[in-house]
Amino acid sequence: MPCPTTYNKTMRVRDPKKRAKDFKEVALGLTAKQAIKEAQRCLQCKKPKCVEGCPVEIDIPRFISSIRDNNFLAGLKTIREYNLLPAICGRVCPQENQCQGACILGRKKTPISIGALERFAADYEAAINETETVEIAKPNGHKVAVIGSGPAGLTVAADLAKLGYDITIFEALHEPGGVLVYGIPEFRLPKKIIQREIEYLKSLGVKIKVNWVVGKTQTVDQLFEEGYKAAFVGVGAGSPRYMNIPGENLNNVYFASEFLTRVNLMKAEQFPKYDTPVKRAEKVAVVGAGNVAMDAARTAQRLGAKEVYIVYRRTEHEMPSRAEEVEHAEEEGIKFEFLSNPKEIIGDEKGYVKAIKCDKMVLCEPDASGRRRPDCSGEEFTLDVDQVIMAIGQTSNPILTKSIKGLKLWGAGYIEIDENGKTNKPGIFAGGDIATGAATVISAMGAGKRAARSINEYVMTLAKAPRQRKKSSKTAK
Amino acid sequence: MYKILHKQNVAPQVDAVIVDAPYIATNAQAGNFVVLRLHDRGERIPLTIADSDRQKGTITLLFQKIGKTTEEMGRLKAGDTIKDVAGPLGHPTPMKRYGHCVLVGGGIGSATLFPILKGLKEKRNKVTVILGARTEELLVWKDRFKEYANDLVLTTDDGSAGRKGLVTEALKDLIESSNLKIALAVGPIRMMQAVSEVTKPYGLKTLVSLNPVMVEGTGMCGACRVNIAGKTKFACIEGPEFDAHEVDFQELANRLGFYRDEEEQAMKKYKKRCNGRCKK
Repeated sequence: MPCPTTYNKTMRVRDPKKRAKDFKEVALGLTAKQAIKEAQRCLQCKKPKCVEGCPVEIDIPRFISSIRDNNFLAGLKTIREYNLLPAICGRVCPQENQCQGACILGRKKTPISIGALERFAADYEAAINETETVEIAKPNGHKVAVIGSGPAGLTVAADLAKLGYDITIFEALHEPGGVLVYGIPEFRLPKKIIQREIEYLKSLGVKIKVNWVVGKTQTVDQLFEEGYKAAFVGVGAGSPRYMNIPGENLNNVYFASEFLTRVNLMKAEQFPKYDTPVKRAEKVAVVGAGNVAMDAARTAQRLGAKEVYIVYRRTEHEMPSRAEEVEHAEEEGIKFEFLSNPKEIIGDEKGYVKAIKCDKMVLCEPDASGRRRPDCSGEEFTLDVDQVIMAIGQTSNPILTKSIKGLKLWGAGYIEIDENGKTNKPGIFAGGDIATGAATVISAMGAGKRAARSINEYVMTLAKAPRQRKKSSKTAK
Repeated sequence: MYKILHKQNVAPQVDAVIVDAPYIATNAQAGNFVVLRLHDRGERIPLTIADSDRQKGTITLLFQKIGKTTEEMGRLKAGDTIKDVAGPLGHPTPMKRYGHCVLVGGGIGSATLFPILKGLKEKRNKVTVILGARTEELLVWKDRFKEYANDLVLTTDDGSAGRKGLVTEALKDLIESSNLKIALAVGPIRMMQAVSEVTKPYGLKTLVSLNPVMVEGTGMCGACRVNIAGKTKFACIEGPEFDAHEVDFQELANRLGFYRDEEEQAMKKYKKRCNGRCKK
């Protein structure tokens, strides 16, 4: 399969045959020597395109020059000025569409492996067990609630904690991290990396309440009554999409989020040592071709499936997944059925999956997304499988948004915000997937940064005019 | 950590625990449930809130020891803790003044009806409660129901208490003899399905509280999806109560049986490991 040229393969990866049987991390990162060598290739452009390509505009040439000069921690410090979670973004950002995709070297040959360098700097710090000491402002006594502990929420929490705010993160699940914990598998993003980031947040004084379903356990109004001055909503786009085709509720049809949650969060691959089971299958069809689909396919294989198919209605050129994930999946033996659109999942007499019937597609002129629109060719085919995993995207989760009266929404229930993360309700801010629709970790963090600035301004203005706040909270009720 | 303040055996294989959970108790309404996880290796299971006390900050959960997790939970004592309890989840039962209502409970599912009964009485409804079980000692909380209900009808398969026979027979007689406005049934799937079949010809609006497999319980995973009038709904955020006449009970039963082998395996392993040591 053709891989985009912007994907750089300097990083060491584990042998596909071995790694496809366990859940240990696939990519091993760069050695110091490799990192320096890669950093030396950087042209240190005066007008760096890579920075333009980065959603949080990290000063990439500066951090690369530090690595080049063997000053790894300085490089990391530069990244952290813009990005709270470098070990994570270095692993999960779609760099080929962002910084690396914009790198000038990519026009003729291979772009700088910026993601690998970012990851290297962060892993280096962890390996020598160093933690960056940051200056934290004196506590200002203002409580701010952060709802959701995914990338957006973690960023808001860190930025405001550094400014002296009293931050509590509210997480619905029993473990903080959001999609980083329940969505992304261990072999792509080891949980200890997330734990390290959470520990760092705690060291800044951030409190985390798990099992706290805001909107249910407490409403946002109840939080305000408890003295929180502002609330940031970063609950993600946590509701699975499905196709509405016959057979979707048969046994052994999983939505990817359930399948991955069972394994990533509940450790079902270790059943019965852990109590949560997951079904292991022989032949699996994964519908969709984004990162989640690749994660689900590779997880199914690691659970012992003999054949795993990615079933996708367009072609390899339109796949939304990161190039690296596609290549890793292919190396591990995942098969691709392109131009195939499921129309029915066929069950046996006991209500279990036995096959998936698909329309063969052809590509027509581009649609609104700029990708060529698939259309039925009139032919169909059937793939015998005993498990189907639907990974065709997520949409907004209504639990919290519905619990806030008068909150302005757009599209399929996403929160409407301005460029600073403000919603139409005073004191309520939002960012990440719940505002934009499903996107990336880094864009959620960017949104978190902007919202944190805006929350700071809002609370500071409130503090200066306490009477006004009382009035507005009364009318809000 | 959520502390168990009190524990009681209420019927063979059925225990009740009162758990310290002030925030959940404050917002709990009839029809809500919680998702709990006993310990770090535990699974997440949904349990209906059978009662709550805002002043004391407690919720009551009833459970039948039918699987590894509930078996293990049954061995906890007052003073022990549950690692995670999240809630109150799900839509509450719509409360208003309907007129004459009937609540039909089968087995342990009956407990779920208790807060609904209290809520309906607060709205000044006339409520008849029909509780059914195999035998008298499985009629959970019948005294509590008696205290609040206008009429309490008991049925048992063996005739050891109340009327001999099924709840559906008692229900049919009640429909024939009174002017019912709404029915609400909770219990095993087959019982809820049978109730639905009885009420349908009369056009009596009937709600059932569904109990599919759940993982996280907040609309994120879709494990609990059910088929309502041909449309996929998530029981955790769109239910758990649905119009009985629109539920695909067969699909629900199929999906509930999906992990039966694993449940047996886990139970076997647990009993083997705990043999003697955990038997108290």
